Amino acid sequence: MKLPIYMDNHATTPMDPRVFDVMKPYFTEVFGNAASRNHSFGWEAEEATEKARKQIADLIGATPKEIVFTSGATESNNLALKGISEMYAERGNHIITQVTEHKAVLDTCKRLEKEGVRVTYLPVKQDGLIDLDQLREAITDKTILISIMYANNEIGVVQPMQDIGKIAKEKGVLFHSDAVQAVGKIPVNVMADGIDLLSLTGHKLYGPKGCGALYVRRRNPRVQITAQMDGGGHERGMRSGTLNVPGIVGLGAACEIAKREMAEESKRLSFLRDKLKNKLMTELDEVYINGSMEHRLPHNLNISFAYVEGESLLMGINDIAVSSGSACTSATLEPSYVLKALGAGDDLAHSSIRFGIGRFNTEPEVDYVSNKVIDVVRKLRELSPLYEMAKEGVDLSKVVWAAH
Amino acid sequence: MAYSDKVLDHYKNPRNVGSLDKSSPDVGTGMVGAPECGDVMKLQVKVNPETGVIEDAKFKTFGCGSAIASSSLATEWLKGRTVDQALHIKNTDIVNELSLPPVKIHCSVLAEDAIKAAIGDYKNKRNAAKPEAVAVS
Ligand SMILES: Cc1ncc(COP(=O)(O)O)c(C=O)c1O
Repeated sequence: MKLPIYMDNHATTPMDPRVFDVMKPYFTEVFGNAASRNHSFGWEAEEATEKARKQIADLIGATPKEIVFTSGATESNNLALKGISEMYAERGNHIITQVTEHKAVLDTCKRLEKEGVRVTYLPVKQDGLIDLDQLREAITDKTILISIMYANNEIGVVQPMQDIGKIAKEKGVLFHSDAVQAVGKIPVNVMADGIDLLSLTGHKLYGPKGCGALYVRRRNPRVQITAQMDGGGHERGMRSGTLNVPGIVGLGAACEIAKREMAEESKRLSFLRDKLKNKLMTELDEVYINGSMEHRLPHNLNISFAYVEGESLLMGINDIAVSSGSACTSATLEPSYVLKALGAGDDLAHSSIRFGIGRFNTEPEVDYVSNKVIDVVRKLRELSPLYEMAKEGVDLSKVVWAAH
Repeated sequence: MAYSDKVLDHYKNPRNVGSLDKSSPDVGTGMVGAPECGDVMKLQVKVNPETGVIEDAKFKTFGCGSAIASSSLATEWLKGRTVDQALHIKNTDIVNELSLPPVKIHCSVLAEDAIKAAIGDYKNKRNAAKPEAVAVS
């Protein structure tokens, strides 16, 4: 077993060597501009991007013409939200999203608010899911878009897409989903789910970084977006800029592999995830799972080890790459807003670790990780005044802390 | 983030972990921070009542590696000092010794606060025990 072990597959995934192999010639030999219409260099490049378009569309139940290539999901989310707000400004100016979205959605919404768009941020329940009644109630005759992520990048909770899709359809509101964490991991189908726009990115499904796509529905209804990048009118005018051919080829190949192997892979990953979870929960007391276990990605585990601070835990398991919702690990020095939104208390956010098990993790790695985490949690609890107090029977919630 | 060797050393081999009897008149206990802020330090000193010298110091810390290192270092520095000398330990001394980056300065502040709280607790106990010895201040 090679150390360090990478188990942070929600942040990014290593590229599948099979994907890289397919990409290679497009950096050098097949270098044409896919928009060059009058020679074979261009044709070859275009053929490659069109094949990828189909591979991506096939994975999500779309048609190739509905795929718009972008530089990644941040751009896809920006394009969807800004493009819809602008295009449908006459119809209304209200967007509904939720508090646990990725910053690429939340900060886009903040920007839109400055420009006069009204945004409703739905809360989530303790299991991380939105309340569908609250969603229904939030819709007004000015609502143009609902943007709810498919699966959360921290807690892996999968939202009730089909129900949301139905509500959106009923009310004549468009439905966008940031599906970055779900595509290629669990079945995603824009038809069955009733999704009108969907963001995805290569580097979360063993493809390249800096390459993503936005699905834009063309039928029932035909969705239009205002381009946010002006230029040569590529991508049916929705996103100008010379196509990143090697990246797109890689994204396509990654989607094809995911489609073929998803059923098998998700079984294997959920077995490993459950093994990790069960081991941690039987060997340690006072560990808490963050978010619904039932509605969850198969490879995600987000768990809080009470009385142990996340960054100190990461320091002790420094040959394992995972992440924490602790304030100390974030640039803002705030604990994870996603975990805070679950309402379990900031202390559990500080104590949280996110495991994202991936295609290249093995069972011995998972065993190594669980043993190491158990050791370090035990050691840090020996060091923890909170654990000592809890063991003495002190109710920590009743203590008056000298907060600083 | 990269940690300094000294932070790593204190994290891996924390000095003086543990608890002293907080009900003892010779023991001062300081507990600072809050769980929802991500760090809580408990620092205790055992003082020789005759000489005013700190004979033992213990800590327990819930917090990041730098918070653990700051409190571990504080216990090392406390032992052998008098209570009044102890009050001269400044957070900047801890920052320098551990090469803490700016985002971790609050850990050193917390350690200084914990020292002050522990010494304060000890002094309060002494004053309560010997009211006639209270200096007017
Ligand atoms: C849910 C979610 N949305 C959007 C993004 C941004 O994707 P990208 O890095 O391709 O811009 C990420 C990953 O960072 C993510 O996890």
